[in-house]
Amino acid sequence: MDITTFLIQCLNSVQYGLLLFLIASGLTLIFGIMGVINLAHGSFFMIGAYLIYALGMYINNFALALLLGIILAVAFGYLLEWGFFSFLYEREHLLQVLMTYGLILIFEALRSILLGDDVHGVSPPAWLAGSISLGNGLSYPIYRLFISLVCLLIAVGMYVVIRHTRLGMKIRAGATNREMVQSLGVNISVLYRIVFATGVGLAIFAGMIFAPVSSVYPGMGGNELIICFVVVVIGGIGSIKGALVAALLIGFVDTFGKVLWPEGAGALIYLLMVLVLLFKPQGLFKQGT
Amino acid sequence: MLKMKNATIAAAITLAWGLGQAAQAEPVKVGLMLPATGTYAALGKAIENGFKLYVDEQGGKLGGQEVQYFAVDDESDPAKAPENTNRLVQRDKVDVLVGTVHSGVAMGMAKIARDSGVIYIIPNAGADMLTGPLCAKNIFRSSFTNWQPAYGMGIVAAEKQKHKTAVTINWKYAAGTEAAKGFREGFESKGGKVVKELTLPFPNVEFQSLLTEISSLKPDAVFAFFAGGGAVKFVKDYDASGLRKTIPLYGPGFLTDGTLEAQGDAAKGMLTTLHYADELDNPKDKAFRKSYQAKFNMEPDVYAVQGYDAAQLLAAGLDSAKGDIKNKDAVIQGMEQAKVDSPRGPFTMSRAHNPVQNIYLREVVGKHNKNLGIAVANLEDPAKGCKLDK
Repeated sequence: MDITTFLIQCLNSVQYGLLLFLIASGLTLIFGIMGVINLAHGSFFMIGAYLIYALGMYINNFALALLLGIILAVAFGYLLEWGFFSFLYEREHLLQVLMTYGLILIFEALRSILLGDDVHGVSPPAWLAGSISLGNGLSYPIYRLFISLVCLLIAVGMYVVIRHTRLGMKIRAGATNREMVQSLGVNISVLYRIVFATGVGLAIFAGMIFAPVSSVYPGMGGNELIICFVVVVIGGIGSIKGALVAALLIGFVDTFGKVLWPEGAGALIYLLMVLVLLFKPQGLFKQGT
Repeated sequence: MLKMKNATIAAAITLAWGLGQAAQAEPVKVGLMLPATGTYAALGKAIENGFKLYVDEQGGKLGGQEVQYFAVDDESDPAKAPENTNRLVQRDKVDVLVGTVHSGVAMGMAKIARDSGVIYIIPNAGADMLTGPLCAKNIFRSSFTNWQPAYGMGIVAAEKQKHKTAVTINWKYAAGTEAAKGFREGFESKGGKVVKELTLPFPNVEFQSLLTEISSLKPDAVFAFFAGGGAVKFVKDYDASGLRKTIPLYGPGFLTDGTLEAQGDAAKGMLTTLHYADELDNPKDKAFRKSYQAKFNMEPDVYAVQGYDAAQLLAAGLDSAKGDIKNKDAVIQGMEQAKVDSPRGPFTMSRAHNPVQNIYLREVVGKHNKNLGIAVANLEDPAKGCKLDK
């Protein structure tokens, strides 16, 4: 591996890592901070991809479609929390697993009925469609770099809100002791509804923004779900900084693993998870960081 | 007395005729085990349409016998294959089993077919093994082996395109590995050299690091095997990486079949090989496309052809057994010797019961896989490990 190839692979790693963070960010909120096991997270990602595809049929402007999609996504998350998840906070994890698994089946069936089982492509907006040359006969699509930038912004934004604002403080406090926060006069139900809606919104947003590079196909959410849990667990449950570091770590391990040890590429990230948990059972970072 | 005798004979004849009628009226029970839900639902529907189209063209009869259908949705789930197959074989007592798309499910079906002796026709699943080590007297395939189109592409890449070196890239599962092996055999038999075999775990679609690897290896050509969403993403990523300008991308037809809408310009001009193409321009294909279009109001695809030919294959068997499906040896012999007049061009059965067929070279033009002619004529799968002989 010469130095140019090495640098390009590093770029690939960072880019993939940021992408993973984006997909996992919603799960960090819902699973990490709120403590709800949400297997339907992958389905939200899938819904996002199909949503931007469906909106694209009517709206010819990517940014506008994206904006409308975000509004719909947050509203959807809000309703979902009100109708389903709000009943489950006090219940055991098994019930959460059962319900969210049921949601996966429902979302897949609805998707099949509404939009069929075909594979679709979504074009990136024209102003991001080009690519820049990296030498070595290889060029990099500008849209991928754009996604990386968006991921970084979201990571910083989430960190600041959770760590350094009053709202974040209430959310963290609610995660530690729900009753106590409530008795201090904070309307925890509304607060959680907002956090949950944001989590769903982030997952759907990830699906939308990722659609032009991933293509849109049935079952696409299932592939992402497991790796999202790996990101959250390695990073430390409830830690945004941790999720970012874990996502980047997985990006590097996966990218270089595929090239240097292709036979083991499928298992490497899980090996990484085992190693981290052996030495740091709580994950890399503490909750609330 | 004489009158009496006549009456007895008449009665006997009537009775015999009636019995004959009863035997004749016993329909052939065909069990269709195809995906009706999930990712492959559309493929399953096309196969079923093709099969029924041929039967309807024969007036609803094969070998003079009515056909009665039994259907089970296999859900493309290998874990449920034994249970689903037994529903048809044991509960419905079908004479002929037809299915399916997914190779893992077909493996389960083949096992039960071997044990029970029911006549089994595979209308898609391409796993080499099914007509290789797992082959059996009563198992037939109307589609292809993964080896076949890939081998054809290897020949084309070396001979027609004059490439010296190539890299293969595929998911590390049976179909991908078999295709990569087929390409290597074809390519290296004509003096090419596969310099590296890149793989990634199924169904991972993060290709960026392997694309970077390809750019540093600088081969003359790349052969890829992916299907569905993976095929769309790989072709688009390959195009976006700029590699297509210097290193052409080839693959078996599945890389561009049913995915062109989603791939858009990224697939433009790509060459692929398959046992079928759009616009084959033979009378049989034209007639087939016309009646399929008229009956189902959509364009037929390679899966519909495979379903259609599964019915043709069965018809050949029943014709040879004079319509008696219980005469299994005669049915099997008829199927073995069948010369199927397929929309893809005529084909015969190999000793392992897989089509000996033309592999076509196709170019992506607009939303079509345009036929560029025959890449390899009458290609027979080597069927390694199969102990049947012709």
